[in-house]
Amino acid sequence: MVPIAYYLILAAILFSIGIAAFLIKRNVITIFMSIELMLNAVNLTFVAFSHMWHQVNGQIFVFFVMVVAAAEAAVGLAIIIALFRMRQTLDVDQINLLKN
Amino acid sequence: MNPQLLWLIPILPFAGFLINGILGRKLPRALVASIALLFTAAPALIVAQLWLYMKSAGAPLSLSVSSVPWIAVSGFHVDFAFTVDHLTLIMLGVVTCVGFLIHLYSVSYMAHEDGYSRFFAYLNLFMFFMLVLVLASSFLLLFIGWEGVGLASYLLIGFYFTKDSAANAGKKAFIVNRIGDFGFLIAMFLLVAHYGTLDFNTIFASISASPLTGGFFTAVALLLVLGATGKSAQIPLYIWLPDAMEGPTPVSALIHAATMVTAGIYMVARCHVLFDHSPVALTVVAIIGAATALLAATIGMVQHDIKRVLAYSTVSQLGYMFLACGIGAYSAGIFHLMTHAFFKGLLFLAAGSVIHALSGEQDMRRMGGLWEKIPITFWTMTAAVFAICGIFPFSGFFSKDEILYQTFISPNPLHLLLWFVGLVTAGLTSFYMFRLWFKTFFGESRFEQHGSSHFPDLHAAHLAAVHASKTSTLTLEADLEPAPAHSVHESPWIMTLPLIILAILSLIGGWVGIPAALGGHNEFEHFLAPVFSAAAEPVVATASHAVELTLAAVSLLTAALGFFVAYLFYYRKPGSAAALAKKFAPIYSLLDHKYWVDEIYGRMIIAPLLMFSRIFLNGFVDGGIVQGTSTGLAVSTRGSGWLVRRIQSGNIRSYAGWLAIGAAAVIAIVLFGHHTLPH
Repeated sequence: MVPIAYYLILAAILFSIGIAAFLIKRNVITIFMSIELMLNAVNLTFVAFSHMWHQVNGQIFVFFVMVVAAAEAAVGLAIIIALFRMRQTLDVDQINLLKN
Repeated sequence: MNPQLLWLIPILPFAGFLINGILGRKLPRALVASIALLFTAAPALIVAQLWLYMKSAGAPLSLSVSSVPWIAVSGFHVDFAFTVDHLTLIMLGVVTCVGFLIHLYSVSYMAHEDGYSRFFAYLNLFMFFMLVLVLASSFLLLFIGWEGVGLASYLLIGFYFTKDSAANAGKKAFIVNRIGDFGFLIAMFLLVAHYGTLDFNTIFASISASPLTGGFFTAVALLLVLGATGKSAQIPLYIWLPDAMEGPTPVSALIHAATMVTAGIYMVARCHVLFDHSPVALTVVAIIGAATALLAATIGMVQHDIKRVLAYSTVSQLGYMFLACGIGAYSAGIFHLMTHAFFKGLLFLAAGSVIHALSGEQDMRRMGGLWEKIPITFWTMTAAVFAICGIFPFSGFFSKDEILYQTFISPNPLHLLLWFVGLVTAGLTSFYMFRLWFKTFFGESRFEQHGSSHFPDLHAAHLAAVHASKTSTLTLEADLEPAPAHSVHESPWIMTLPLIILAILSLIGGWVGIPAALGGHNEFEHFLAPVFSAAAEPVVATASHAVELTLAAVSLLTAALGFFVAYLFYYRKPGSAAALAKKFAPIYSLLDHKYWVDEIYGRMIIAPLLMFSRIFLNGFVDGGIVQGTSTGLAVSTRGSGWLVRRIQSGNIRSYAGWLAIGAAAVIAIVLFGHHTLPH
């Protein structure tokens, strides 16, 4: 049986990669993907603990997260497409219509 | 008689003030005037009833009403309480009677003015405070009235507030009175500290029980005198009264001649127990009175504005009353107060009638020859002039003579000097009043219609406009006259009626105090005797009737001399006065500039005060401390905002970065700092 710590470390690594990508990258799609990565890192910890304690709550939670993530992807991608059509760019630093 | 009626006396004019003050602008003028008249006539009727009651046999010497406690703080308490004794009764009579007559006069005098309802509202407000002042049975309530009449006076002097000089005169009166009020306040504080109360009866009972004189009593008395010099326009605070003539003429008559300015004399008389315990304060009062009487009379001799002559005359006559109080002859002072209210109120109203007739002309150099054209005004004014000059048997003769007589016979050697000053002043008074009389009513007419720009006040401009439209159809008298070349006309009956009544009072008002030497009983003094009987020393020394008659003859001769000189200068040889003025140019200039008192005050007090205010208060306190604090606050706020603002970059990724760092910090603390943190 794989110790729980391994899952947690993997999840932490994934989460950190997500954060780093979120902070560094400028492309909206990449940022979007990094958010998905963070969500899935969390999902991984949920599943790991669920397995460890033999309880189903964590897995149910994961389904919820996946549903929300799917909805978010649908809306988010739609927004991104709309943005691109309007601005011809996906660089977040140039999408500053509301600033000033 | 139900004593609760006393409440109505001041409250009715206050109701008039409220009605006219709040609704007056929307009401027709006739209604405004009726309200104002009704609410001043009613107190006069109550006072008349009160008078009959108090005169009746077996009536109490004083009548009091008091309300629930007004201020009650640990041992110190004051009620709204009114007391009427014989002194108050005389003041009430003068205030309500003269007040009503002047209200009546104003109905017509102010008829063409804007702010008609405002004028009557203020006038009623004044009546309210003046009646509170004389009815008050404690220093605090008296002070309320005292301040209130000051407020009404300020409002009415500045009635033509669009005119700079009027607004400034109002401010001057108010500020100069503040100096006096400061003295009054300190005196009240001393009394509270010493007696724990401000009630007249309690304080005066303690004082008259005290065997001591001077010291504390002198301090309190002198502070009260400071207050009285402010309100009653005595040296050194008389300077506001001549400027107060900027107000409408009925205001000058009511407030600045007949009633308010006598409040100081009333206050001194009311506190006579205190003053009797302080010979020093009494001497100061007497000297101030005599000096003011002389100084103001000399200034009055050379003024050209008819109202200014009367203003200085008022200051001078108030000096007489002060002199009377200062020598302990309080009833003589109050007697003169009463007769003065009649004849000086009349003089002002008649002067107002003259000004009205001449469409606002106030300069006596442009009057003259009016006696045929405005006969009622002329004859009533003549009565007033005779009264103020002390011609037998007019009222001023008896009251002024009483003061001079009491001064002469009092044992103090200083008083002989004061008597002489008073006598000289009587001569001067006679001179400047007959000067006014001759210049206004006799000689050639020097009046010509001017363009409206020449008129000294707004009233004049209005009148000119009105007269241009309806010449001399205003009155019966004017119609009877053979159509004058210019629209000089007698005033309507509503203005001449008060003149006639006051003229009768000026004539017979003195007969209540005919001294025994002239075959009278001096009822006035007997009437006031219960109030002043507590006087510590019987100042009324007795002298033979021969002395009294001689003195009366001397003052009559002095008055006649004044008349003769005025006759010579201003009737027989009209140019000689100017020649004399040229000959004694320095003296004339000194008088013409009112002894440079305004200028001296300006240099000595106002300029240093302004300098101090500008440099210290404005420059250091306001500019440095106050503005520095607020500027410092603003700068530090802006600085910290500048720093903190950098966090709000608007860059979402930086926010996310801060979020991540924060989360990392929380995790770090949870993991590693757990044991070091307190629970």
